[in-house]
Amino acid sequence: MTDDLASEMYKEIILDYYRHPRNYGVLPHPDIVSHDVNTSCGDEITMQVLVKDGRIGNIRFSGRGCAISQASASMLTEFALGKSLEEVAKFNKESMLGLINIPISCMRLKCALLGLKVLKLGILQFIGEKVEVEDEG
Amino acid sequence: MAVISLLDVRKDFPFFSQGLVYLDSAATSQKPKVVLDVMREFYEKNNANVHRGVYRLADMATQMYEAARKTVAEFIGAHPREIVFVRNATEAINLVAHSFGGSVVSKDDSILLTEMEHHSNIVPWQMLAKTKDAKLSFVPITESGQIELSAVRHGVSQKPKIFAFTHVSNVLGTINPAKEFIAEAHKCGVPVLLDASQSVPSMPVSVKDLDCDFLVFSGHKLLGPHIGVLYGKRELLERMEPFLCGGGMIKEVDFQSSTWNDVPWKFEAGTFDVPSAVGLASAIEYLNKVGMKNVMEHEQALARYAYDLLGKDPVVTLYGSDNRLNLVSFNVGDMHGHDVSTLLDQHGVCVRAGHHCAHPLMKRLGIPACVRVSFGVYSTKADVDKFMVALQKAKKVFGL
Ligand SMILES: Cc1ncc(COP(=O)(O)O)c(C=O)c1O
Repeated sequence: MTDDLASEMYKEIILDYYRHPRNYGVLPHPDIVSHDVNTSCGDEITMQVLVKDGRIGNIRFSGRGCAISQASASMLTEFALGKSLEEVAKFNKESMLGLINIPISCMRLKCALLGLKVLKLGILQFIGEKVEVEDEG
Repeated sequence: MAVISLLDVRKDFPFFSQGLVYLDSAATSQKPKVVLDVMREFYEKNNANVHRGVYRLADMATQMYEAARKTVAEFIGAHPREIVFVRNATEAINLVAHSFGGSVVSKDDSILLTEMEHHSNIVPWQMLAKTKDAKLSFVPITESGQIELSAVRHGVSQKPKIFAFTHVSNVLGTINPAKEFIAEAHKCGVPVLLDASQSVPSMPVSVKDLDCDFLVFSGHKLLGPHIGVLYGKRELLERMEPFLCGGGMIKEVDFQSSTWNDVPWKFEAGTFDVPSAVGLASAIEYLNKVGMKNVMEHEQALARYAYDLLGKDPVVTLYGSDNRLNLVSFNVGDMHGHDVSTLLDQHGVCVRAGHHCAHPLMKRLGIPACVRVSFGVYSTKADVDKFMVALQKAKKVFGL
């Protein structure tokens, strides 16, 4: 990696979200709780969502890990707030990288994408459960 | 403090021609050219299946394989029949957990470990405990990352069926007084497995002196290729059932049943990895020439040098104490280890960051991750200095 890439990766805004994470914490009665660990490095993210009319009514994340994983997760919560579950479930790797807008070395890609993986898993499970319930009804 | 540069062996290691500062030898070591040459030569001239063919080449390969076993045995003060070649330390522990643990552990029994074990010396025992409905207990560590003899005494007095612990911690660098711990366990009739993955590559180790019942290590951390070693006392190996089954480990096979080969071959199922055994023997001969006492002094001096330099930095938190072998673990301010490692990497400095396959220990230390620098025979004082310069630059990115 070049000097430039590293300092680009750790630019001011990433460090700011790392040190002052937006939407950090837990919700009293979340509809979605999703958690995962990046096994190779131990980064950890939990996402909690309050669903309101098929949309993300409120969202909090918590976890521990590197600046990239924590800042990315925090930025994602800001983006997701108010959006429909379907819309967020369609969010992909490219859109996530566009959101954080820093060059990511392939070694650190998993860190940048952990929050998204956790949130999408939670949403898909939530939608899946609802579908199952509806099927039974 | 001044580091006496005892060793000047870097020229023997082709890896360093690319100019990297490699500070991750506790994970895996670089190889001297002689080891690579010996393995290459084996493939070019001697490659044949051991213990199977009767042609001369196969006989030659067999002799080389068994000579390698003898070299390993002498290196740790064992008899060749007590040396089993496996894939790595992890497989060796699995073998003991399955074949020895499986026969001595029953419902409600306990298995004693310590709080500073590598996952490789935890998970196989968890599996065993699960299948036998037994439980695990852990000898605690002190705030400075030590294990006290009294804690071991208490642990073994509970009559666990086996006590498995690491000789040297791969996170803290702590050298455990293994001989005393083993004697304490034996007083209570408790057999001991010593995880020597970190000690055998960097200090003199003798099973005769330690009197452990089992000892495991990996060749790849010892300047050698990917092959593992299990030492077991002969009478224990004789009593144990095989772990993996197939060709090579049998004497006679009938349609319904088979009889096992003698030890150690009883535990070596399938076609043997002769080139790796030969490569490991070559690595050991190389280390013997340098002298394990010199290796230890050299690596320990470098760790102490790095420990002292890091200790002067007010934003650095160090783990462990002065009792350390060849590595230093630390954290820098509010930087996560992976960020430190990524930033050092851009200056060609390779360090390990993360949980180091020791989740329980990290929990005990109350940290999610840390950075580790570790040294090998080929490491130099200049490596430490370059690392320290790169660390200052990494800190600057985080405004520290
Ligand atoms: C203390 C300790 N035990 C066991 C192992 C496992 O070694 P391997 O992965 O070669 O089986 C390691 C390797 O990191 C280690 O440091």
